Amino acid sequence: MLTLDAVRATQGSFTLHAALHVPKGARVAVIGASGSGKSTLLNLIAGFLPPNAGQIAWDGAPFAQLPPGDRPLSIIFQDSNLFPHLTIAQNVGLGLRPNLRLNAKEHGEVAKALEQVGLAGFEARKPAALSGGQQSRVALARVLLRKQPLLLLDEPFAALGPALRQEMLALVAQIADREGLTVLMVTHEPQDARALTEMSIFVDEGVVHAPVPTDALLDNPPEALRAYLGQ
Amino acid sequence: MARRVQPVSTYLGAAVAALLVLLTFGTLGAVAWRAEGLSGLRTSDWLAVRFTVLQAFLSALISVLLAIPVARALARRSFWGRGALITILGAPFILPVIVAVLGLIAVFGRNGLFNTALVWAGLEPVSIFGLQGVLLAHVFFNLPLATRLLLQGWLAIPGERFRLASSLGFTSSDMLRHIELPLLRQVLPGAFMVIFLICTTSFAVALALGGGPRATTIELAIYQAFRFDFDLSKAALLALIQFGLCALAAVLSLWVTTPSGQGAGLGRTVPRHGGAVWLDAVILSLVSIFLLLPLLMIVSKGAGTILGLPESTYAAAWRSVWVAVASALLTVLLTVPLALAALNLRMRLVEGIGYLSIAASPLVIGTGLFIMVYRWADPVGLALPILILVNAAMSLPFALRAVSPALAEIEKDYGKLADALGLTGMARLRILILPRLRRPLGFGAGLAAALSMGDLGVIALFADPENQTLPLALYQLMNAYRLDEAFGAALLLLVLSLSLFWLFDRGGRANVDA
Repeated sequence: MLTLDAVRATQGSFTLHAALHVPKGARVAVIGASGSGKSTLLNLIAGFLPPNAGQIAWDGAPFAQLPPGDRPLSIIFQDSNLFPHLTIAQNVGLGLRPNLRLNAKEHGEVAKALEQVGLAGFEARKPAALSGGQQSRVALARVLLRKQPLLLLDEPFAALGPALRQEMLALVAQIADREGLTVLMVTHEPQDARALTEMSIFVDEGVVHAPVPTDALLDNPPEALRAYLGQ
Repeated sequence: MARRVQPVSTYLGAAVAALLVLLTFGTLGAVAWRAEGLSGLRTSDWLAVRFTVLQAFLSALISVLLAIPVARALARRSFWGRGALITILGAPFILPVIVAVLGLIAVFGRNGLFNTALVWAGLEPVSIFGLQGVLLAHVFFNLPLATRLLLQGWLAIPGERFRLASSLGFTSSDMLRHIELPLLRQVLPGAFMVIFLICTTSFAVALALGGGPRATTIELAIYQAFRFDFDLSKAALLALIQFGLCALAAVLSLWVTTPSGQGAGLGRTVPRHGGAVWLDAVILSLVSIFLLLPLLMIVSKGAGTILGLPESTYAAAWRSVWVAVASALLTVLLTVPLALAALNLRMRLVEGIGYLSIAASPLVIGTGLFIMVYRWADPVGLALPILILVNAAMSLPFALRAVSPALAEIEKDYGKLADALGLTGMARLRILILPRLRRPLGFGAGLAAALSMGDLGVIALFADPENQTLPLALYQLMNAYRLDEAFGAALLLLVLSLSLFWLFDRGGRANVDA
């Protein structure tokens, strides 16, 4: 279970308050207007922004003091999730060992992860030789190898067209189910939230509300969210 | 973020910074410690100070004024060979000074093309030696620099503004007043100060074309005090004065906000066609001839003898090549930790230390190192190591200038991803930073190699036949009036300098994906 206990973080003149629980295995969307603080929330959990107060913990183990790479989570950014000068195998291998000194068994794991995302045999290629959808799959293969319980998605697959994005979200759902991942996805697309998540966190002017069922939130949005969604 | 501070590279960066402070202020301190009061300076030394300031001022003024019409012509005309001409404007930076001097002598010297033409026309020949010669060489090197800086400013003006100007029916004097003068006011002071600073420490040009009581720079006077009079205290005092002058010029140039001069995007032209086409054509032709003719003379006169030089010249060439390669590698080794430390500590001071050697003079550093070591070691045996170190320190600002922005960009683009994956310490350096820095590092190493290859400075202090470099051998051939061989050696030096630059720069570009 992910716990944010009375967390407060400031970024410039902006302050974010968060107190919530996300049960293990849940898939939760983070919804809110631009500037409401949803990306700040993700940065806070991922370790790119230190909290000023409060505690962040996974299964009771606080991790707000750990560097980003040591936290019990993987993150997929909006874009540039791959290093363009490294091969696909190296990009995925970073999920196993950041120093890339892999043994034969680990090379096998990389190949298997690529196979699981439908990219068997792509090891030696460079990211530039792949389509946008394939690059996203590489990032997911790396998530598989990091074997961390929490997956953060920051407006993922934004560069992909609607159909391809739905396909990627389906792949995320499949992987999350199989690996038992807890997923937190920042999105501004209501249909993405409906497609992937059963719960949603509404962020409004720096206040993070507790998760509520996604469909209920989107069917009957509060005033602030209604204005954002244009309903 | 505190976690990004990587102890290893930060300590290394601090060590590099300390070394640079030692090389600049430490050597200056060593020199100052040897000095025994201002009484050591004679009138001739004060003349050198005066000449230094005068020639630097005039060189900067002439370069900048001539650059205005050249940059304007380049900015508003598009023609076949424009790209090549702009590339050539960047070349003097890696051109060995002594090669250019010999080329200029071939054109403007006593028996050169220019004087031959004057005599043929019934006019008095002019001398290339003295103030006019020093100015000629400095303008040869710095007119291209000033032109590039100005051209950059010109092309930074948004095209919309020119469109607006023509829709408002601006005449060319309106254009001058509302667009061009503000631009010149913004760019010219910086360009002027940069050139003034470069010319203040001029040594090789003054050595070859100056000399005598009327045309000696401080740097040349330091050399003479050291080499001929063995007067350490006088050399020390001159060194102090020179450092003060450079520091003053450096502070002034920071104050007038110096343009960068290395930016890309000189490819387009300003969408505007005013002024006389024939005038621009004449200006650009004259500049091209001025810049290319001396080099063509080197190529045509040197081609015959380049393969028939004395054995000692080839030995000197080989020595210069490995000194240049060693110096380029050392430059890279100094640049990367310094740039990393500057980025990790977010300290402008650390990066500022990297630029210190611009205000220092290589002869001052060389003199200081000599004073530090001459009691303990044979300075002749240390000549080449000192040369490698000094050349690397002198190249560092240029390499840093190429590497620092690239490094900041890597952190901006990939820092979060690397952090998220736990890519830290040496793994981050090996897997992320070095591969993505290859291009600027190759470019920086190429500059360092070419600068070292063509350097005629510190080596002149320690010169003896066993550790002669190619520029020094060339200078001695020139002094001995063995001009045929001198042209051959100059061509060899030219080819080697450009090749070294090309090889390093190319090495940084090969097999780079995205």
